[in-house]
Amino acid sequence: MGQIEWAMWANEQALASGLILITGGIVATAGQFTQWYLGAYSIAAGVLVCLLEYPRGKRTKGSTMERCGQKYLTRVVKLFGPLTRNYYIRAFLHLGLAVPAGFLLATILGTACLAIASGIYLLAAIRGEQWSPIEPKPKERPQIGGTIKQPPSNPPPRPPAEARKKPSEEAAGIPTGGPQENPMPVNDEVV
Amino acid sequence: MMGCWVLNESLSIVLVLSWLGVNLYLFIDTFYWYEEEESFLYTRVILGCFRGPWRRQLDKNLKFHKLVAYGIVINAKGEWKKGMSRGVRVRDKMQTEDSHPPTKKTPKIMISHQSSELFDSKLETPTIHIVAHLFNLEHYHWSQSPEAEGLVAALSKLGDTPNETYLNPIRTFHTNTIAELLTTIAGITGLLISLALILIMTSSTEFIRQVSYELFWYTHHVFIIFFIGLAIHGAGRIVRGQTPESLLLHNITFCRDHLEEWQAQCPVPQFSGKEPSAWKWVLGPMVLYACERIIRFWRFQQEVIITKVVSHPSGVLELCMKKRDFKMAPGQYVLIQCPSISTLEWHPFTLTSAPQEDFFSVHIRAAGDWTEALCKAFGVEGQPLKEPWSLPRLAVDGPFGAALTDVFHYPVSMCIAAGIGVTPFAALLKSIWYQCCEAQTQCKLNKVYFYWICRDPGAFEWFADLLLSLETKMSEQGQAHFLSYHIFLTGWDENQAFHIALHWDENADVITGLRQKTFYGRPNWNHEFQQVAFSHPSSNIGVFFCGPKALSKILQRMCRVYSSADPRGVHFYYNRESF
Repeated sequence: MGQIEWAMWANEQALASGLILITGGIVATAGQFTQWYLGAYSIAAGVLVCLLEYPRGKRTKGSTMERCGQKYLTRVVKLFGPLTRNYYIRAFLHLGLAVPAGFLLATILGTACLAIASGIYLLAAIRGEQWSPIEPKPKERPQIGGTIKQPPSNPPPRPPAEARKKPSEEAAGIPTGGPQENPMPVNDEVV
Repeated sequence: MMGCWVLNESLSIVLVLSWLGVNLYLFIDTFYWYEEEESFLYTRVILGCFRGPWRRQLDKNLKFHKLVAYGIVINAKGEWKKGMSRGVRVRDKMQTEDSHPPTKKTPKIMISHQSSELFDSKLETPTIHIVAHLFNLEHYHWSQSPEAEGLVAALSKLGDTPNETYLNPIRTFHTNTIAELLTTIAGITGLLISLALILIMTSSTEFIRQVSYELFWYTHHVFIIFFIGLAIHGAGRIVRGQTPESLLLHNITFCRDHLEEWQAQCPVPQFSGKEPSAWKWVLGPMVLYACERIIRFWRFQQEVIITKVVSHPSGVLELCMKKRDFKMAPGQYVLIQCPSISTLEWHPFTLTSAPQEDFFSVHIRAAGDWTEALCKAFGVEGQPLKEPWSLPRLAVDGPFGAALTDVFHYPVSMCIAAGIGVTPFAALLKSIWYQCCEAQTQCKLNKVYFYWICRDPGAFEWFADLLLSLETKMSEQGQAHFLSYHIFLTGWDENQAFHIALHWDENADVITGLRQKTFYGRPNWNHEFQQVAFSHPSSNIGVFFCGPKALSKILQRMCRVYSSADPRGVHFYYNRESF
């Protein structure tokens, strides 16, 4: 179990809890139960949790499946910087949001689920995980003409491409280019 | 074309419709029973129409769901009725870590979750049940308030004096509904099993199964709490109806409107709680599950002999094993346990050997805790060679899953494997070789097109070896044209392209060493299907695919587009079993 990224599960659990809080809240408010104002609170808390948890964080290993349309919310969540990156803060936020909903029967299931999610986030935070946004890879612009190599500047015979380097690289000890310098004069003898 | 889809899916459609039909029948039956039944008239008075009954017959639906779910779980093991398991169209999904090879699948537990969308109502029924309960409790609570009057108030007060039995489970207005929840068996078990269900669901999403299979496996065992809670959920007998004896003495049609007569003509009605019935529904599946675990334990005891251990490059471990009475079909998988690593975990792996071989094999890649420990225990990657007697003991349960024997029913088959979906095809291709090339028996199948699309062939080098050996064997037998395979590498860079271009004119492919060249980029399916349709103008062609959903949709479309309208023309049959 050593390699589990707990935050991934915490994220699923928190998202589910958010939805359950919203449902319970709607039931309590629409049914005008006693203390229905807690139901209204629960709807608001549920919406907040869902918005926060919808963008999935990036896994440390391997590729991460993005949720449909999450890139817009990713930008918003990223804006909060360390508040959303740090899982300790998330854990305590979820715990805090869950408590008031625990006083109404219709939303008590949401409380329990969110409390569990908070616990898993705490575990993730202790293990040093943090939220990082899934960013789209920048499209590599194809460089026009980037693969066209410069035509050779010397007439033949010429040394191979590696030797045809600029003078600044002479210091590295690479033999210079240029025409072959013969150690002794060569005649074109036709016998 | 719609007809094609309907025919392809007909068995699933029939199953789904009958499942929905039974649910609907149970719903309506119980609904009307609670709505019409005399003994519940006073309950209905307090709760109002439609709410009490809603909750109750959804109970029945819930129980039926579980019965069916477990029935399917057992069936899909293939131990009983193979036809039933195929009909369910098991969507076993392969585990991935990036482009790492598959060899791991989600086991039969997935089936109980019915990956098909139509079965996603596993959450709707409990939700409606809970919501209805909430309304009921509110109504019971409100009926005890000072503002309640008339019949409702009179009914709620019943039970305060001795000799009276109560109807309203909430006895005073001053109780907190939450306290009621936590002090009744129904309340506590209801909360617990809802939590259990939610935990199971959040840890079973496809994403989490990919992230950590072990988390999914262990959390799923919370179902034990779920079923125990479900069985005792009704033990508190909160739903109350009038006793039959009281019905005889107390005429409800008259008495409900004549409250003042209740001491005189109408003796006080007596109530009793309804018997819990969940255990009757749950008992069957629990017994079946217990049988399954007993069988697994018995199989655990059976000896598994490891005949060969091969360590392939890029960390793939091939294990060849033998077990008494082990019979498999291509496309199936087994569950493997290694007691020295973990006594509780059984991990699924697709079988990569053919049934005609006298051993069975799996290919395992180190992609998580357990697989890494296994690879280390078997001496992969630089570890010193192990002696046969020092290898850890393995237990094997299976084989499970839908068998892939449809390939042999068509004269021409197209097999398409994308990425990690290539593993079951190893077994299939080997099986095709044994059945159609080597054996002297007549084989209906006489041409196989195999398409393999992957990003990084390095991890599947063992499969390329298999293709090479098949290629050699077939050309020796003079059947070089039986298997035509095309490999598509979708992840390549400029350096590779240069290298390939340089060696283009050689006979063997530079990357795989195979005689048929590798293609770069994705296949042009229109072109491929056109070619195949052109080469086999009046045949039935089976298309078998394993890989991501997006490609599955494309291939289905291709099958529809290139099947001819003429019944004597070419017809592509898409087989959606992902195995």
